[in-house]
Amino acid sequence: MNISLRHTLIGGLATLFVASASAAQIELLNVSYDPTREFYREYNAAFSQHWLELNGDEVKVRQSHGGSGSQARAVIDGLDADVVTLALAYDVDALRQQAQLIPENWQSRLPDNSSPYTSTIVLLVRKGNPKDIRDWDDLVRDDVAVITPNPKTSGGARWNYLAAWGYALKKFAGDEDKTYQFISKVFQNVPVLDSGARGATNTFVQRGLGDVLIAWENEAILSVEQLGKGEFEIVVPSVSILAEPPVTVVDKNVDRKGTREVAEAYLQYLYSDEAQRLAAKHYYRPANPTIGEEFAASFPQVQLFRIDDVFGGWQKAQDTHFNDGGKFDSILEAISRR
Amino acid sequence: MPLTRRRRVIPGFGLTMGFTLFYLSFILLIPVGGLLLYTSMMSWEDFWQAVSHPQVVASYKLSFGASLIGATINLVFGALVAWVLVRYRFPGKKLIDALVDLPFALPTAVAGIALVTLYASSGWVGQYLQVAGIKVAYTQLGVVVALTYIGLPFVVRTVQPVLEDLEAEREEASASLGASRFTTIRRVILPSLLPALMTGYALAFARAVGEYGSVVFISGNMPYRTEITPLLIVSKAEQFDYHGAAAIGTVMLLAAFALLLLINGLQWWTSRRGL
Repeated sequence: MNISLRHTLIGGLATLFVASASAAQIELLNVSYDPTREFYREYNAAFSQHWLELNGDEVKVRQSHGGSGSQARAVIDGLDADVVTLALAYDVDALRQQAQLIPENWQSRLPDNSSPYTSTIVLLVRKGNPKDIRDWDDLVRDDVAVITPNPKTSGGARWNYLAAWGYALKKFAGDEDKTYQFISKVFQNVPVLDSGARGATNTFVQRGLGDVLIAWENEAILSVEQLGKGEFEIVVPSVSILAEPPVTVVDKNVDRKGTREVAEAYLQYLYSDEAQRLAAKHYYRPANPTIGEEFAASFPQVQLFRIDDVFGGWQKAQDTHFNDGGKFDSILEAISRR
Repeated sequence: MPLTRRRRVIPGFGLTMGFTLFYLSFILLIPVGGLLLYTSMMSWEDFWQAVSHPQVVASYKLSFGASLIGATINLVFGALVAWVLVRYRFPGKKLIDALVDLPFALPTAVAGIALVTLYASSGWVGQYLQVAGIKVAYTQLGVVVALTYIGLPFVVRTVQPVLEDLEAEREEASASLGASRFTTIRRVILPSLLPALMTGYALAFARAVGEYGSVVFISGNMPYRTEITPLLIVSKAEQFDYHGAAAIGTVMLLAAFALLLLINGLQWWTSRRGL
């Protein structure tokens, strides 16, 4: 028993040594959220090429995709991510709050709030816009059914909610009560609350439910281009939110694995012209304004506001609106009593 | 109590028992224990607040109610399917027999998407049901449909072997002694099948209570109306409220346990009474 145990241990250790010795090839794990799959597939190839030319080392980047919140939880629970590229700062910040995996100043370590690409929230309607939906105001009309996922379970849905809230707050000149009424009315028009953004897109596109889908711009363009050409139209609202999906190195993991240098380079290269063009190609708005100009035709001008300016940051928005007992809960409760 | 050791035909009781205990602890008791431990770290007020919120209570009603309905439907029709598969010969019998296991093998998300595609108002079945004024997708009825689907194999598979052992001669004997068909079913067939039926019922019910994957696609997830309890657990975890999630999980665990005990008790009672 003792001998066999020792053998097992030796065997295990030997495997470890062999594995680390043969790791001339560097491996990175990028834990991301759902709609970035295609973008990062191309970007990883571009970065590997770049790193090979620069240092002669081969980098293999593995990617993991899923709902932003559950991906954050996986990293907190020990998934060995070198970098995370999630949908909202709240999920990234959880890595700090729940497990101290990253320092407090993580979001200021890279330019543009650590968001190399951004997006915004737009409205997707059916061909010809039969319900004549032009702006957020039309979402409270009695004859309009709105599709959006549940902000409780979907990070993307929280952006949707906040975009509408920000618009209403501006419309009612900062009157919180009227804004609350406005958002309540929007949610009275929601027949289905899918648990994730892709699910909501499916409900709208495949099941034909609802008159308008609130969606990320990149998802909306994707639906228009790929899911049914000519079947849908994008309506850009007058005001919307600047959706910043941030990226960061996971300090505790890269220091343990000794991959900090390449992981940081991986994120910095996201700001290169090549990567910015790739992001634009995958319908994300590039952070670099010069590259943005090149693609001006694909991204219509919208008056955008930042979450920090209107809601005082993600943590506060989460506490006020989405956590248990928050504004969203009371909206749902009021609707259920009707 | 005699202390003499009984010799068993197959040796290794100690070893297998030890393994069984270890295996059960590892696979079952430790996760469940962790859940209870997590819950026990909450104060009573926090716990009560988490599990008695009206939204959560509404989800219990739906989850347990729809599971009971689904399991009951499976009890009746599962028994019928098992009967047909055992007692009759017909072409394609092997195929149908294999199909029964499909809900075991098919990923539940696939099942959910397939069901909603069928039953949505634009779907193959849904468009005709809508004419009749019946809505399935995105209603509580949709939840029942999904839970019936995933529970189907349990009753069939528990009843089938018992039915195979039940000789048709006993029915003939009963009939030749003058019993009507109804009496034969009630006094001869049902009593022998009842334990298996109850087991299948309990399994189908337990499976349905915990189901998540297929239901979230067809239910529409509207809070207070079509939101199942497992979804609420997910949404608590999404807010990193692990305690709240564990608390609701504990309530589900205890309720499911109590209901299973009840069903088992019923089974014991009926077998003793000999119906």
